Amino acid sequence: MTSPQTDQGAGIADAGARATPGANGPRCFQDVILRLQSYWAATGCAVLQPYDMEVGAGTFHPATTLRSLGTRPWAAAYVQPSRRPTDGRYGENPNRLQHYYQYQVIIKPSPPDLQDLYLGSLRAIGLDPLIHDVRFVEDDWESPTLGAWGLGWEVWCDGMEVSQFTYFQQVGGHDCRPVSGELTYGLERLAMYVLGVEHVMDMPFNAPDSPIPLTYGDVFRQTEREYSRWNFEVADTDMLLAHFRDAEAECARILQAPAEDSAGRRIPMAHPAYDQAIKASHIFNLLDARGVISVTERQAYIGRVRALAKACADLFVTTEAATGTTPGDVA
Amino acid sequence: MPDLLIELFSEEIPARMQSRAREDLRRLITDGLVEAGLTYRSANALSTPRRLALAVEGLTAQSRPVREERKGPRTDAPAGAIEGFLRSTGLTLEQLERRAEKKGEVFFAVIERPGRGAPEIVAEVLEAAIRDFPWPKSMRWGSGPLRWVRPLHSIIAILSDEAGAQVVPLTVDGITAGDTTRGHRFMAPDAFRVTGFDDYAAKLRRARVMLDPAERDSAIRQEAATRAFARGWEIVADEGLMAELAGLVEWPVPLMGVIEDRFLDLPPEVLQTSMKAHQKFLSARNPRTGRIEGFVTVANIETPDDGATILAGNQRVLAARLSDAAFFWENDLREARSGMETWKKGLEAVTFHAKLGSQADRVERIAALAREIAPAVGADPDQAEQAARVAKLDLRSAMVGEFPELQGTMGRYYAQAAGLPDAVADAARDHYSPLGPSDEVPSAPMSVAVALADKLDTLTGFWAIDEKPTGSKDPFALRRAALGVIRLVLGNKLRLVLNDVFFSSLPANAKSALSVLSADASATREKYASLSKIPAAQLLHNELIAALFEEAEKAEPESKTVLIAAYDPEIVAADLLAFLHDRLKVHLRDQGIRHDVIDAVLAMPGSDDLTLVVNRATALNAMLGTGDGPNLLQGLKRAANILAQAEEKDGVEYSFGADPKFADTDEERALFAALDAAEPKISAAMRAEDFPAAMAAIAALRAPIDAFFEAVQVNTDNQILRRNRLNLLSRIRGAGRLIADFGKIEG
Repeated sequence: MTSPQTDQGAGIADAGARATPGANGPRCFQDVILRLQSYWAATGCAVLQPYDMEVGAGTFHPATTLRSLGTRPWAAAYVQPSRRPTDGRYGENPNRLQHYYQYQVIIKPSPPDLQDLYLGSLRAIGLDPLIHDVRFVEDDWESPTLGAWGLGWEVWCDGMEVSQFTYFQQVGGHDCRPVSGELTYGLERLAMYVLGVEHVMDMPFNAPDSPIPLTYGDVFRQTEREYSRWNFEVADTDMLLAHFRDAEAECARILQAPAEDSAGRRIPMAHPAYDQAIKASHIFNLLDARGVISVTERQAYIGRVRALAKACADLFVTTEAATGTTPGDVA
Repeated sequence: MPDLLIELFSEEIPARMQSRAREDLRRLITDGLVEAGLTYRSANALSTPRRLALAVEGLTAQSRPVREERKGPRTDAPAGAIEGFLRSTGLTLEQLERRAEKKGEVFFAVIERPGRGAPEIVAEVLEAAIRDFPWPKSMRWGSGPLRWVRPLHSIIAILSDEAGAQVVPLTVDGITAGDTTRGHRFMAPDAFRVTGFDDYAAKLRRARVMLDPAERDSAIRQEAATRAFARGWEIVADEGLMAELAGLVEWPVPLMGVIEDRFLDLPPEVLQTSMKAHQKFLSARNPRTGRIEGFVTVANIETPDDGATILAGNQRVLAARLSDAAFFWENDLREARSGMETWKKGLEAVTFHAKLGSQADRVERIAALAREIAPAVGADPDQAEQAARVAKLDLRSAMVGEFPELQGTMGRYYAQAAGLPDAVADAARDHYSPLGPSDEVPSAPMSVAVALADKLDTLTGFWAIDEKPTGSKDPFALRRAALGVIRLVLGNKLRLVLNDVFFSSLPANAKSALSVLSADASATREKYASLSKIPAAQLLHNELIAALFEEAEKAEPESKTVLIAAYDPEIVAADLLAFLHDRLKVHLRDQGIRHDVIDAVLAMPGSDDLTLVVNRATALNAMLGTGDGPNLLQGLKRAANILAQAEEKDGVEYSFGADPKFADTDEERALFAALDAAEPKISAAMRAEDFPAAMAAIAALRAPIDAFFEAVQVNTDNQILRRNRLNLLSRIRGAGRLIADFGKIEG
């Protein structure tokens, strides 16, 4: 089955044409998200909600970082708001935001048909690989902050990177056995492409014929301006430095706590400790945006966050979430 | 004689790894087959992004049976020896043969290994190849332990002959070899069976897969050129990108696009780099305007709309990318026009090397050095210093931040925008040259001054902190920098006294290093800081230095080198000069000048003037190649040897007082006359650096020396004659030493 073809002969001059024409394509940003949610739900992923902390990417969600560790099978999909303070452009750059959305899929062990599953998700949002040029281009992924790396590709659609596709090999310094497959979609960029929008702020957020149609700009232009100012000019660096140290200390304190609680139950606290690692990582990003971290210090800070992430991973792999089997799963 | 077909079908193999992988597969399989006793006629490896394939033709169906005989102990040997022999052969006593030999009866083991069928051997060899494949990076997937470059999905392994095809019995971690594969991921995704290589290649083509990378490459070249030609354009050659493109598609479909007018004012290098780096586009140049006005993207699919959607999409992505580039360009131009002060300041924040300070520190050193070098290269010192201060500013520009490979290129544009003289702008672009051995050498004086200062500062810097190349390790590309210095000096026939440069540049770098060392808190380092403020000359004889050296050696071995570089640069300079001499020999070897000839010249004073060294070596090399050369060399060496022996025996040096009145033969007298004539000529010619004339003058000694040795016995019983003759020999040695150390020349 192919999509109806209405763009015949559009040719070179028609550079602004919608990437995928056709009445069945998504009409707005939230439509792209909803379609991904339904698609991955239909494949059997648990559709989770965003993590309630500031993170730089969907990978930081414990549903990916921690759950990719250990032997217990796992399949989850979720939207994750992501913050990269240095990318703030006061809402003026058509493609750059300090707050944006990633769509994240993590399946452990990686199924043999993961590439086909992924291509199905592109079809679901109106990108038909028979009309577009979809390519898997080498791109190895590494997160020095998480002590993690994997091999995979960036997925290109007509020359644009639409996703990151990674087979995790190591997370938090632990070999991944089994290996998780991770898919990350940059939602704004992907949706802009699908919808044929040039400036992110012009992108319809809800359906354009809604009683109250809203664009991405209606929702986020003001926040982008406000956060850009705060990130670059106002954030109190002394306070942030103190917060960094506090998060680091609290993380260590949680990890050092005895495994048994006051009633003698074994309750190691990998997740609360990991929250502190995430916090430290985000504070580091804020400090970076404020320009107070020199090149040499940079590596040292990243190393400190990595040490936290690794220690959390060390604890997590001893817990039931890592070693147990899912109910109903024939282990 | 069956043919073997192997296909390893996987998820997308990185383009850059495919060519090596083809070669590795061919080698691992054919080596394995041969080792197992099979022979084959030919083997050809092919690949696409999703498959590695190998076709082996004319394979023998069976390995030859092997019969091996081993001689064991005598039959009456101790039981232990016989048991050991049984263990090592794996036979029982009954299976051993007894043979009578001269020294008695001996056990023989006859081990027969029957020939094995090709299927069994192929299975073994292929499994080993898969498990040990030398991918530069490999991975696991799912729950299995197998490693491959990306998940491996299926294996074809079939042996086919007239009778038909036979699947090789092999299962690797759950993947069972078969005779099926798939076509193009989107255009022909269904599985199909194949019976042999020809069938495989033909069916793949029908399934929209061009198996041969060379065919894809030429298809891309042809189609791209044709499409460009239709518009009157030409494709900008880029071999690296071309090779990558063929590894990114199974079915190449080049599409031509036009760059929007609003981007055509961007520098062509920016257009080309941006399109290549982000989108792997080939650039198309309009020869009439000299501008890059179009691009070719190579899609992997034929679509019902002839690629219109794909092209439109690529065009949009390009527009976004070029908007970014245009934004960088305009911002950078604004900064350039306002004097680049922000960038100047910004260089302080960029670390060049942890021990050598920031880029700003480095610029200071290069500026001082460029000023110093300027007179020797015919540049104005003020302008050379200015050019050096400008040359690195583009490192802080947004464009170079995005595309580091545009450093220098952008520097020139921004220097022009800043209203600086063309020569200064050109120096910003050219001061990184020459990079490769075939790179052009700058010749404009200002560019040469900054290029030399840049490379010499790098060399003296890393020598000052004792980070020299070792073996194959040269992380700071110091060999390349040394070759750059050599080529700049020789290419421009510069008379540069390198030691002078080293003596000013080494302490400057050491000072940077000391201030970095001192930035840390330890007490020792604070002491360095306070000391380094005192001028080096005053410190040379300072008692504190001795103490500091001692402390430094204990605390940090590298601080000692730094201190030596600061206060005793001769030691470090000599080492660095020797390094340059080594590189010079390598460089001149390619031009036919022997290393021993260079060694003979390097023993002369002025060896830190590379142009002088090369002029001498060239003239000497030429002279040694003439008819007189080898004989003269023999004569000089004979004179030197006889002298050395006599001097050792007599314990004196024969160096003075040869007197023609004690000359006993015509040959001696003739040699006196020849030396009298030649010596002033050689000296004068050497002073005038007219080396061919000096060579001609010494070559004139060839005949008289030969005649002398023919007719005269030096070590005669008459001590007066002997002493006089030895002193005469020392005049020969002296004449030679005016030119080179001939003793170092082989032959």
